[in-house]
Amino acid sequence: MSTQEQIALAEATPVQATVPIATARPASLWRDTLGSVLRQRSARVGLLMLTFLVLVAIFAPVIATHDPYQSLLGVEPGVVKRSGPCIHVLGCPASQPEHIFGTDGNFRDLYSRVVYGARTSLTVGVAAVTFAIVIGTIIGAIAGYLGGTSDNVLMRLMDVLLAFPALLLAIAIVTAAGRSLVNALIAIAIVSIPVYARIVRSTVLTTREADFVTASKALGESGFGILVRRIMPNSITPLIVAATLGVGGAVLEIAALAFVGVTGDVSNPEWGSIIGLERDQIFRAPHIILIPGIAITITVLAFNLLGDGLRDALDPRLNR
Amino acid sequence: MTRFIIRRLLVTIPVLIGIVFIVFVLARVVPGDPCRAVLGERATDAVCDAFITRYGLDKAIIPGLFKANHAVAFHIEQIPTTLLDNQFVAYLGQLAQGDLGTSIKHSRPVTTLLIERLPTTVELTIMAMLFAVSVGIPLGLISGYRHNSKADVGTMVVANFGVSIPVFVLGLALAFLFGLVLKGTPFALPPSARLSTGVEMVPLATVWGLENLQGPLRGILDFFSGLYIPAGIISGQFNVSFDAFRHLILPAIALGTIPLAIIARITRSSLLEVLGQDFVRTARAKGVKERSVILRHATRNALLPVVTVIGLQLGALLSGAVLTESVFNLAGVGRTMFEAITGRDYVVVQGLTLIIALIYVTVNLIVDISYGFLDPRVRAR
Repeated sequence: MSTQEQIALAEATPVQATVPIATARPASLWRDTLGSVLRQRSARVGLLMLTFLVLVAIFAPVIATHDPYQSLLGVEPGVVKRSGPCIHVLGCPASQPEHIFGTDGNFRDLYSRVVYGARTSLTVGVAAVTFAIVIGTIIGAIAGYLGGTSDNVLMRLMDVLLAFPALLLAIAIVTAAGRSLVNALIAIAIVSIPVYARIVRSTVLTTREADFVTASKALGESGFGILVRRIMPNSITPLIVAATLGVGGAVLEIAALAFVGVTGDVSNPEWGSIIGLERDQIFRAPHIILIPGIAITITVLAFNLLGDGLRDALDPRLNR
Repeated sequence: MTRFIIRRLLVTIPVLIGIVFIVFVLARVVPGDPCRAVLGERATDAVCDAFITRYGLDKAIIPGLFKANHAVAFHIEQIPTTLLDNQFVAYLGQLAQGDLGTSIKHSRPVTTLLIERLPTTVELTIMAMLFAVSVGIPLGLISGYRHNSKADVGTMVVANFGVSIPVFVLGLALAFLFGLVLKGTPFALPPSARLSTGVEMVPLATVWGLENLQGPLRGILDFFSGLYIPAGIISGQFNVSFDAFRHLILPAIALGTIPLAIIARITRSSLLEVLGQDFVRTARAKGVKERSVILRHATRNALLPVVTVIGLQLGALLSGAVLTESVFNLAGVGRTMFEAITGRDYVVVQGLTLIIALIYVTVNLIVDISYGFLDPRVRAR
C-alpha cells in the first residue's frame, strides 16, 4: 500500500486520525460493522443468549439425560407421569427417579424433550426465513427493477398475502398440504415472503436511478449484472435486520402451529406441541406448560434483541 | 378527501377478490375426501356420491380445473364448456345475493354462525386493543421523555419480553396465576368461558319485545345482544355486563400484550424523534411550559405513526384470537375458523375469510382516513 493510499484511508476514518499514520490499521467494513454491533448492549445480550441456545441444540445428545422419545413407563422404576421437577442434589428424595424438569403425560423426561426442542425450533426458524428471503428477494427484485405491470401484479399478490391473518393462512396451507413439520415450515415461509419482497423492492426502487447505476449502464453492464452486482448489495443490510427479527417471529409461529396441532407427529420434541398436548393440565402440572413456554420466550427474545441491536448498528438513519 | 376515500376503496376491491379466489381454490384442491371429513369415515360410496352432487363438488372448481377421486386435474379442453358452469361462478352469484352459504358441518347458515360468534371476537379484540393503547401509549411517552432513565430501560425490557412471549403461553400462565394461585383472593379471575354458570343474557329482542322482528334487522339486533358488555348496560342487565367483563380481562391481557409492547416502542421512538425537531425547540424558546410542549406540541405529532401501527396490529390480533379463544374456551370467530379449516368445512372457511378480510380492509381504511384528519399534509396530497 502506498503512503498516499494510507493517508487517504486515515482521512476516511477520522477516529483514527490522531494515531500516527504509519501504524493506522486499514479500515475494514466487516470489522467496523462487527465493532458497532458489539457496542449495542441489546446485541451483546442477544448474541450471548443465542450462542447458548445454539450450543444446547448442537450438543443436545450430550446434555440430555434421557431419550426424548422414550416413554419411561416400565423402564424406570418409580416413574410417575406429570411429576414435578426432581433434582437429588437440591433435596429431592433419592427414592424418586431424578428428572430435572419432571416428566410429561407420557412418562417422558421433560428436560430432554425441551433440550431437543431447541434443535427443532432453531432449524425450522432459520430454514423458514432463508426460504422466505430467497423467494421474497426474487419477487421484490423483479417487481422493483421491471416496474409497471409486473410490479403491480406481484405487489398486489403480496398485499393479498398480507391482508390475511398470518397464522390462519399458515394453518390453511398446512391443512391443504398435509400436516407435517416440513409443511408447517413451508407455510411459515410463504406467509412471511411479502416482508422481504417489500424490503428488496423498496431498495431497488430507491437505488435504480442512482448515479452509480447510470454509470454502470454507460459502461455497458447488462441489466442482470446491474441488478445483482450494483443494486442488490444495497438491500443486504435491511435484509439482515429483518431476517434476524424474522427468525424470532418464525419460532413463535412454528410454536403456535404445533400448539394447535397441525405439525403432525406430536411425539417429536417441539416446544409448542409439548404445551399443546398438556394444555389441559395447566392447573395440575403447570411445569409442563411453563418450562417449554420459557424456552420459546428466551429464543424469540434472543433473536429480537440481536435484531434490534443490528438495526441500531447498521442503519445510519438511526445514528443519533 | 372524498376522492382519497374513493380511490382507497377502489384499490381494495381487487385485493378482496384475490383473497376470495385464493381461499376458494385452496379450500377445494386440498387433498382428502370432503365427504368423509364431514360425514365420518364410515360413510358409504352411495351416500358420498349424493353428498358430492348435492354440494356441487363434482363441477369444475374454476374453468378447466377439476377434482375427482382425490386428484386435482386440469383439462384445458374443458375450459369453454365450464366457463360459466363452475363452482366459483356459482359462489359469486350466491355472494351477490348476500348469502354466505350453509355450513356443511353445522347444517346452519354461515350468517347465523357469524351473528352468534363474531360478537365474542369483537368484544375480545376491542378490549385487548383498549388495554394495549391505554397502557402502551403512556408507557411509551414516559419512556421517550425520560430517555435512558430507569423507567425507560424497564419499559423497554418489559416491551421486549412482551413481543417474545407466545400468546398461548401467556394465556395459560395468566389462567394458572389468576385461576389457581390467587384463587380465594380478591384478585382471582375466571380462567375460561364467557359467563359464569347461572349467569345468562336475556337477548335484546326479548327485553324490548321485538321477538317478531325478522330479516337483517333481527340479525343486527342479535349481533348486538352478543356484545354482552354494552348490551347488558343498555338493557339494565348490569350483573351480566360485569360478569362478561371479568371473564374477558385475562384473554384481553393475553391478546393485548404484543400490541401493547409494539405501541410502547413506536410511541417512544416517535416521541424521541419529534422532541429533536425545530418546532419543539421554538416552543421551548418562546417560553411555552414544558408540560404544554410535551403534551400539546410533541405528543400530538408523535402519535401519528402509532395510529398506523394500531391498524396494522389488527391482522395480528385476529391471528392471536385463534389462540386466545382456544386457551380461554371462548366460542369466537377465531376458533370457529380454526375448526372449519381443520374440519374441511369449506363454506364456513370461505364465508369467514371474506368477513375477516372485509373487517381488516375497513379498519385499515379508517386508519388511513383518520391519518388524513390528523395530518393535514396527507390530505393535501
